[in-house]
Amino acid sequence: MTTFFPGKRGTAPRAAQRGVEESSLAKWTLIGIALVFCVGFLLLPLLNVFAQALAKGGAHYWRSLTEPDSRAAIRLTLMVAAICVPLNVLFGLAAAWAIAKFEFRGKPFLVTLIDLPFSVSPVVAGLMLVVLLGQQGFFGEWLAAHEIKIIFAVPGLVLATVFITFPFVARELIPVMQAAGTEQEEAALTLGASGWQTFWHVTLPSVKWGLIYGVILCNARAMGEFGAVSVVSGHIAGLTETMPLRVQALYEGATTATTAAAFAVASLLALLALLTLGVKSALEWRQARAERIAASGAGQR
Amino acid sequence: MSIELQGVTKKFGDTVAVNNVSFSVREGELMALLGPSGGGKTTVLRLVAGLEMPTAGDVFIRGRRVNDLSVQQRNIGFVFQNYALFKNMNVFRNIAFGLKIKKWKRARMQARIEELLKLFGLEGLERRYPHQLSGGQRQRVAIARALAPQPSVLLLDEPFGAVDARIRQELREWLVTLHHDLNVTTVFVTHDQEEALEVANRIVIFSGGVLEQVGTPREVYDQPANEFVARFIGAMNVLEAKVREGVARIGELEFPASGEAEGQQVRVGFRPYAVQVSADLTRYRYHAVLQHTFFLGVLLRLELELPSGLTLRARMTKEDYAQQGLEDGRRVSFQIRQYRLLAGEAAALGPEAELQPETPPVLGDYI
Repeated sequence: MTTFFPGKRGTAPRAAQRGVEESSLAKWTLIGIALVFCVGFLLLPLLNVFAQALAKGGAHYWRSLTEPDSRAAIRLTLMVAAICVPLNVLFGLAAAWAIAKFEFRGKPFLVTLIDLPFSVSPVVAGLMLVVLLGQQGFFGEWLAAHEIKIIFAVPGLVLATVFITFPFVARELIPVMQAAGTEQEEAALTLGASGWQTFWHVTLPSVKWGLIYGVILCNARAMGEFGAVSVVSGHIAGLTETMPLRVQALYEGATTATTAAAFAVASLLALLALLTLGVKSALEWRQARAERIAASGAGQR
Repeated sequence: MSIELQGVTKKFGDTVAVNNVSFSVREGELMALLGPSGGGKTTVLRLVAGLEMPTAGDVFIRGRRVNDLSVQQRNIGFVFQNYALFKNMNVFRNIAFGLKIKKWKRARMQARIEELLKLFGLEGLERRYPHQLSGGQRQRVAIARALAPQPSVLLLDEPFGAVDARIRQELREWLVTLHHDLNVTTVFVTHDQEEALEVANRIVIFSGGVLEQVGTPREVYDQPANEFVARFIGAMNVLEAKVREGVARIGELEFPASGEAEGQQVRVGFRPYAVQVSADLTRYRYHAVLQHTFFLGVLLRLELELPSGLTLRARMTKEDYAQQGLEDGRRVSFQIRQYRLLAGEAAALGPEAELQPETPPVLGDYI
């Protein structure tokens, strides 16, 4: 540009500099606010959880996590998440596919339905299940006659968690799928790919990040859900207590030992959450690196 | 015949996108589907591909009725308007996709892809992802991917729509060369008449889902089937006139119109190149003021304003313009060499009438 407008050489950088100064003030203010917020409301409480957990020493921490009821709670939480996440992945993919790629009557209604668990209080969601499936509930007699126990048992926990985590995958996928459109899939079809091949090689990779993010959010919520699960659980230590319920039970023990144990279990929950975030970051980093290598490799040849 | 449509109609709900269309594409031809947007040309292309199913009528590819064949079974190559490259695959894997699906042997696949990379000037870009390519490169990858499994026909939807004007010209010439080298039957959709005239062997013109005319570029230009084609292909001056004593009159202009009823309202159409302009005021019969000159490249477009207030468009070469010393605001004389009478119905397009002996048009006249 300087070769074409040599006369402007002197003025252009100064104007640019002022622009940078103004925006940098705004930039640092915003960064500052975000940082204070993150430290004050996220990092400090998190650190506090770990500090409290380790207040009675490492041995007590370890014992708190390995005592039978806590171990049962950890196992149950992981199991519930392991059932809920795949179910909601299947459901989320199907729902997002239907909404993003097809036009049909009642589509807005379906979208609203998917959002329902977000708008309904988890406690209400739990009560809904009790009313339907509990002993005095709508299907109660029939279930009792067939000796199927749902409420105050593991199936109830799974149902409540599935209901609560229902929107996470679908909500993440719908915008990504809509943005991707249908052209890539049609291109695959014209190249001879079957519907399944198209889904596997084209659709799924193009929504990969949305799906991973949805799974992470779904998983975090499935492990952390308290309200709905609390209503249907019955709080039987060692049988129907998930980790969040265990934390509460221990905390209500109200001795210093149980409080420390409550924080120990809570810290493990937090660790699981951090782990899932770590997995996501690692995947993103690997993807970015693969693309960088591809770009530089292509440039050299 | 490579592709044949017989009475094909396609409705989307109550909207008729394609209405009883029949035409055929010969083996090895480079055919353009031309029309204004919403004319149904992309739908026709998708019907041939099998991405849409006809509401009525039959589609044939190489003599075989393909109505009941799925997209996958039709063995066509399709290039989408925005190329639709697989974003998660690099150039090599994009081109390999169709071959992998068709279970080509590894060595054969490798050889085919290398051949295509070379043919399309994509060597060295195999490992790049679509977002790391320029618009022109993306288009070449899309065409290479479509051609890789050796389809019987190549279908392109607005192939030059998504690149900027500078590259577009290059790509047009490249497509003609490519078609010449490969000799694969090619059908492309465009809304740009210039592009269709320059690139295609034959042109199918659509408007409102109806086929208006099929013909070579010269045919549709010189012998338009109706007023729509006449006005859509190339520029045309169209004037409303009234017939008195066998002459259509509009302002000071007169066009012989024997055979038209007295008092009949007619429209007169003539191409800008049929308007001959001279700086010498005694040379031609009519006078006007040269209002604006537009530079289009080799040719200039002149806008003439007549004393009666009518405005006409004329064409002139740069050399001629310079030689005559023309400039905006000058008074000029002009004549109209050829014209047509356009009646109310599209079908009733009069034959081209000559007022002056014609000099054969040069290539530039078609723009």
